[in-house]
Amino acid sequence: MSVVRILFFYFAFVILLSAFMGLRQRSPVKALLWILLLFVHIGGLYLLLNAEVLAFLQIIIYAGAILVLYLIMLLILDVREEERSMLYLKNWQSRIWAGLLVSFFFILGSLTFVNKHRGEHTLDKLKEVGPSKILGRLLFEDFTFPLIILAFLLLVPLLGIGLLFVKRRQDGSA
Amino acid sequence: MGLLNGYLVLGVLLFGIGLLGFIIRRNLIMMLISVEIMLNAVNIKLVALSHFMQDLKGQVMTLFVMASAAGAVAIGLIILLMVYRNKGTVDVEKYDLLRED
Repeated sequence: MSVVRILFFYFAFVILLSAFMGLRQRSPVKALLWILLLFVHIGGLYLLLNAEVLAFLQIIIYAGAILVLYLIMLLILDVREEERSMLYLKNWQSRIWAGLLVSFFFILGSLTFVNKHRGEHTLDKLKEVGPSKILGRLLFEDFTFPLIILAFLLLVPLLGIGLLFVKRRQDGSA
Repeated sequence: MGLLNGYLVLGVLLFGIGLLGFIIRRNLIMMLISVEIMLNAVNIKLVALSHFMQDLKGQVMTLFVMASAAGAVAIGLIILLMVYRNKGTVDVEKYDLLRED
């Protein structure tokens, strides 16, 4: 059993455990702390997969930005522990149908999966050029147009934040 | 080559946990977090396939997913804040303005 295999099973165990524990907490703050553990361990998993840039971006964006955004939202909102309410799918027939639908998609995905493709980014090339340089060249040479579209997409939350501060007048006009 | 199946199974299980959380939890914040968990499950699969198929396009795709997830979270939390101003709760069972009595 190699070190990589042991590390993979450790990360997989902690990821599944913290996702499960996080989603069954009733207090949102405790849930967010479990989710923080989940995001950091996913970053570790990326390190195992030779994706160093993505590992650090995972920790910076998810654990640093998005989770803090959720915590600030909890500070603003004064959310108490939620009451235990009815389950979503009430009768067992619809539960079985929903489970069958999800497993149908998983089985369809695994049957149509073709494991023959081999790209040109081998491990030797990664070692020679460097992981961030090779990713940056791919991003700015082959994927320039999607990157520009993504940058415009990130303007939309800015408009939304502006919308927060628009006070509605009495006659309904903004 | 050996561990690819492990990564794919991990992605499926994590996606299932996120989907279950999205269906079961009634708190809107927890539902948004479930969506984040599902996106992360897909990201794990993309990076694993990118590693084992020696093609970095999967990592570029993961980068795009991360950026658009950040935008989606900002929009979702703004919508949550504005709904909370009107209704005073984050429980989705209480959002019944369109329900017929």
